[in-house]
Amino acid sequence: MLKIAEKTFRSRLFLGTGKFDSAETLKKAIEASGSEMITVALRRVDLNDPADDIMNVLDRTKYLFLPNTSGARDAAEAVRLARLARAAGSGDWLKLEVTPDPRTLLPDPIETLKATEELVKDGFIVLPYINADPILALRLQDAGAAAVMPLGAPIGTNLGLITKFQVEIIIDQARVPVVVDAGLGAPSDAALAMEIGADAVLVNTAISIAGDPVKMAAAFALAVEAGRAAYEAGLGKKSSEASASSPLTGLDFIKD
Amino acid sequence: MKITCNGETKEITPDTTLMSFIRDMDLNPDTVVAECDGRIIKRDEYDTLLLSEGNLLELIRFVGGG
Repeated sequence: MLKIAEKTFRSRLFLGTGKFDSAETLKKAIEASGSEMITVALRRVDLNDPADDIMNVLDRTKYLFLPNTSGARDAAEAVRLARLARAAGSGDWLKLEVTPDPRTLLPDPIETLKATEELVKDGFIVLPYINADPILALRLQDAGAAAVMPLGAPIGTNLGLITKFQVEIIIDQARVPVVVDAGLGAPSDAALAMEIGADAVLVNTAISIAGDPVKMAAAFALAVEAGRAAYEAGLGKKSSEASASSPLTGLDFIKD
Repeated sequence: MKITCNGETKEITPDTTLMSFIRDMDLNPDTVVAECDGRIIKRDEYDTLLLSEGNLLELIRFVGGG
């Protein structure tokens, strides 16, 4: 079973809760995904819409809440959001996101490392969202990150695991769990990430904007299980030359 | 007296606690986290913290996010 910071997870699919059409769809999609960890963001309350409270539909006793620091542009903003999340009662778990460039939403590696160091000292269980940079992953691991979350592609793009080569190096080197986060657009992308040995994947947009988000959540759950099983089974080697699956002997009767 | 909450000016009476203000806004105090003049307010202070003229209050809560 997957273990992050002494907590075990049966499901290796983590779900983001953004961009769902309705609270009801979100709730059903979470159930269909089988996820035990869901991400949330922190934002100002809209005083003109006080009833719009996601906590009315999410059961805190059933899922581990992983608040993110989305919107933070530097380490100081991320630390401030982290402390607010903790004060909001989400515990010590944190998905650290520092994204100064709104166009690409790519994470700032230096500010992410700085914030990780500070938050780990403050007792947070930090899961940093990073570009697929193997050296940075090691630096964050040494700084006390509980897992690393390299991106498959930029957030919300559904481009798939375009960072596969670097993610493979991260997986090969990491002592902490590797959670592929962001950009996975189809169940096959999630399966691929799991086949190469990712410990888990985090999916949001591909599910929330699907034609039928609940069905897509179930599809991702199957893909993650299939990919993990394939990884555990051990994939066969690739070859540039053909190798017959049927015996090449015993054909004397058709050969003169 | 006046405070600023989430960028909006709000008129309150002098004996308004953070808890009563949150309730007046029809919000659930269990799901709202407050920052007053840059300081995070712990839940157990909601009942006792009296708001005062010119406070900059931020009320924040969880929303859907990835």
